Amino acid sequence: MQPTNTKDPEYYHKVVDCQYACPAHTPVPEYIRLIAAEKYTEAYIVNWESNVFPGVLGRTCDRPCEPACRRVRVEEEPVAICRLKRVAADHKGDVSEYIPVGPFPPNGKKVALIGGGPASLTVARDLAPLGYEIHLFDEQPAGGGMMRTQIPSFRLPASVLDEEVGHILNMGIHTQFLSYVDSLRSVIDKDYDAIFVGTGAPRGRNLNIPGRDEAAKNIHVGIEWLQSVAFEHINKIGKRVIVLGGGNTAMDCCRTARRLGGEQVKVLVRSPFAEMKASPWEKEDAMHEDIPIMDNHVPVEFVVENGTLKGMMFEKVHPVYDEKGKRSLVPTGEPHVFVEADDVLIAIGQENSFPWIERDLGMEFDKWDMPVVDAVTYQSTIPRVFFGGDAAFGPKNIITAVAQAHSAAISIDLFCKGASLNERPHPMVNLVSQKMGIHEWSYDSMVTVDKRFVVPQADKKLTLSNRKIEVELGFDALTAWKEAERCLNCDVQTVFREPLCIECDACVDICPTSCITFTENGDEADLRTRLKAPAINLSQALLVSDILPTKRVMVKDEDVCLHCGLCAERCPTAAWDMQLYTYNTAKAGA
Amino acid sequence: MSYVRPKFRHPLLPTNDLGYTASDYEGSLSTLCAGCGHDSISAAIVQACFEMNIEPHKVAKLSGIGCSSKTPAYFLGQSHGFNTVHGRMPSVATGANLANRDLIYLGVSGDGDTASIGMGQFVHAVRRNLNMVYIVMNNGCYGLTKGQDSATADRGSKSKAGSVNPFESIDLCGLALELGATFVGQSFSGDKTQLIPLIKAAMNHIGFAFLNVISPCVTFNNNVGSTKSYDYVRQHMEATSTMDFVPMQTEITATYDAGTDAAITLHDGSLVHLHKLAEGWDPSNRMSAIQALQHARNDAKVLTGLIYYGATDTELHEVLNTSDRPLNSLKENELCPGKAKLEEINKGLR
Ligand SMILES: Cc1cc2nc3c(=O)[nH]c(=O)nc-3n(C[C@H](O)[C@H](O)[C@H](O)COP(=O)(O)OP(=O)(O)OC[C@H]3O[C@@H](n4cnc5c(N)ncnc54)[C@H](O)[C@@H]3O)c2cc1C
Ligand SMILES: Cc1ncc(C[n+]2csc(CCOP(=O)(O)OP(=O)(O)O)c2C)c(N)n1
Ligand code: SF4
Ligand code: SF4
Ligand code: SF4
Ligand SMILES: [Mg+2]
Repeated sequence: MQPTNTKDPEYYHKVVDCQYACPAHTPVPEYIRLIAAEKYTEAYIVNWESNVFPGVLGRTCDRPCEPACRRVRVEEEPVAICRLKRVAADHKGDVSEYIPVGPFPPNGKKVALIGGGPASLTVARDLAPLGYEIHLFDEQPAGGGMMRTQIPSFRLPASVLDEEVGHILNMGIHTQFLSYVDSLRSVIDKDYDAIFVGTGAPRGRNLNIPGRDEAAKNIHVGIEWLQSVAFEHINKIGKRVIVLGGGNTAMDCCRTARRLGGEQVKVLVRSPFAEMKASPWEKEDAMHEDIPIMDNHVPVEFVVENGTLKGMMFEKVHPVYDEKGKRSLVPTGEPHVFVEADDVLIAIGQENSFPWIERDLGMEFDKWDMPVVDAVTYQSTIPRVFFGGDAAFGPKNIITAVAQAHSAAISIDLFCKGASLNERPHPMVNLVSQKMGIHEWSYDSMVTVDKRFVVPQADKKLTLSNRKIEVELGFDALTAWKEAERCLNCDVQTVFREPLCIECDACVDICPTSCITFTENGDEADLRTRLKAPAINLSQALLVSDILPTKRVMVKDEDVCLHCGLCAERCPTAAWDMQLYTYNTAKAGA
Repeated sequence: MSYVRPKFRHPLLPTNDLGYTASDYEGSLSTLCAGCGHDSISAAIVQACFEMNIEPHKVAKLSGIGCSSKTPAYFLGQSHGFNTVHGRMPSVATGANLANRDLIYLGVSGDGDTASIGMGQFVHAVRRNLNMVYIVMNNGCYGLTKGQDSATADRGSKSKAGSVNPFESIDLCGLALELGATFVGQSFSGDKTQLIPLIKAAMNHIGFAFLNVISPCVTFNNNVGSTKSYDYVRQHMEATSTMDFVPMQTEITATYDAGTDAAITLHDGSLVHLHKLAEGWDPSNRMSAIQALQHARNDAKVLTGLIYYGATDTELHEVLNTSDRPLNSLKENELCPGKAKLEEINKGLR
């Protein structure tokens, strides 16, 4: 192999598994270390810079970082990255000195944001301090989008959301709530320099099977129902409730139903349990609230008698996979199953819909009737109009909306300056030795064997009695510290400098996880089989040195490196060094 | 400074026939200087014992005093150990071995511990053909006491402070051959591909197996002008052959060239394959081995690999006709056979 080009900013970035997996590339180990040092405010700000909503995300994030966490490759459970974020938010002090407050010196440019969810709010936060005059339109009475209308208060208290939305609106944003935009043309016709569409994926999918219309009174589309609950238009439901669907919306529906009088709430889902879209922890939380999940049940009809809903009929299926692994659900032939119900909540998916965008504006739409949007610049085919969040590429999650909005904000800023959208600012990277003394590091290099700590929950009796009582209590400071210590500091890189190496083997001998090998060079596939332990995880890179005096190369498999620093401690010539890699994605205005 | 090694290991570490991974043969975290050759030898011992499926409780580690003699703390944490006074490892090993012949005796010493204060003990262990592996971690200096020249420092070798050694050096392999050692090898801490099979073969040998392993002291004797530095040894190493250790019951697959290869069968049926033999050297001929060493010394070369191997079954227990079983397993009736037996013995002496 060629020597690894560690000058490429992506090389070390990829080693920081969690940060790399985070759509917004939040510097996770950095904030975890700050939490361990009880610097909660600073930890909060590190988060706020990248992901804008630390308090919200610390409770609700889909956490793609956790399955990526290195810890999973050496033991069972990842670091509780998400819940540590909440610790930063819960325990922080006064953040006002870190958070800019408007008004800012104007730069003479005006930007309209349509929709007030996390995507638009992120664009607002990124652009307002640069002097942009921001006008935000949302049909709802307050900002936050689905974070407010969909995510139930027992997962995300309104006070947490209000605080973080408030940080942004205090930047001098011109908000126009209760204003549904029914024409894009009317916005284009105003003198905005750029327009950002962050209207989400607001339409819940319906289920048109027999009985749907007759029993309409007791059949609700999940996301509409959740929104009505959030705005207190609905405050009760029947005793027996069926929730259809296997995603996170279904989990929120069933748990909300339990709090509004539902006693026998059941989730029925077409797919097998293991393949449900809902996150494992959402399923656990639902089952903990005595909600059975009946998988492999396909809805056949709503059973209605004398105009009232009695329940639903389901066909039992089982999954069959073809050679390509494609699944089909095949009826088992068993008799249909009848499940009684007073109310049914349909939570089988969300869709985009843009009835308010005129089709004669010259904006290109694809065959799924989605606007054509550039995946890097988030620009539509009308140069002035940008998209982000669920509106851009369909429903995802908050952190994805935030990440996309950061990119869109960069594009808007470039666009308003008349610069090319394709010459995008680079990330800010830095590499600094952590050496403090001969064998001392400025980070806590010890590796604990503690198992993941469980977040305590409030008493179920209490939480089921009031939909506004938060279920999770969050870590206390001591548990948070212990959990933080589980982090392996993957951003402290093992940097190898071959001119210093005397090939004494000390690093090879000491490495607890057999990462390092000195061997004859070869191509990657061959080298991967010739290391001290086989390097079968192809998603993890090999760090390969130049040819050394004995004609061998040093090969380090990054896969299960514990970043313990022992290789560098045992290296007599400091050919190995532990260096903190900072990677901050570029922001608008950079 | 880290004082414990993290507990996590590579999830795909291979296991041996006993179900152990190499990490089960580790000891506590080394306190030697970073880069010390001795640590590499410890790692080679760990790997050799792992590959040979040795039950850790069947090994007794013995050592004297010195950085080298500290290493038994850093390997085979589940084995028996005895850290003796300076230079007295051979006598303690002799006693332990005679008391319990069922253990594998692994003696670890330094060039100071062996060639200076322990010389009188060392030579007798060799000539008695004590059944043990005796490894000298040879750095040409007294590392633990800050790097004074030892008796194996080559004449003319320069110390870190710049003084030149005026004395002739003791060649421990030559001495062992002279005194009738039945297994003699020499290696380099920085060459595990050679060292590991050598340790495995030595542990399989019955009788005194001697390994002199050049092991640079990075702190006091790795300077330019030293003949025990990493650079010097790498530049002056000359291998008698390359070697593979083929355990008993393993199908022999390596190609074998009659002209330049040789195979040695060990007592338990394991094989040592030697490839690309050095010219004019016969591993089973003591004279040829002594000559090869002398030639290398003349040419300022460090001869490495297996130097001499002689089959023997007359290790010390055989010579002394001792008990077949460990003394601690003998019951009272065997140790004290009774009055009638005493009478019989006494009668025989009259
Ligand atoms: C039940 C449910 C639970 C969820 N739970 C989670 C979770 O736990 N974690 C997570 O990460 N994600 C979750 N999500 C997904 C997440 O809420 C969305 O991905 C995210 O909010 C998308 O952000 P956005 O800014 O793109 O759009 P949205 O949050 O949808 O905001 C769009 C806003 O635009 C407004 N709007 C739309 N059209 C117009 C118009 N024409 N004029 C004016 N205003 C308009 C809407 O009223 C809305 O306020 C959940 C979704 C649902 C349905
Ligand atoms: C009886 C006695 N005399 C002297 C010493 C001091 N001493 C400790 S280690 C050592 C030399 C060790 O040299 P070596 O065996 O080569 O070990 P190294 O540290 O080089 O590995 C000496 C002289 C001692 N501990 N005990
Ligand atoms: S161990 Fe820490 S730094 Fe590494 S991936 Fe997990 S959370 Fe991130
Ligand atoms: S930091 Fe060094 S010694 Fe520790 S696991 Fe990584 S490569 Fe091995
Ligand atoms: S002083 Fe020399 S022999 Fe002793 S530990 Fe340090 S490097 Fe090794
Ligand atoms: Mg010494």
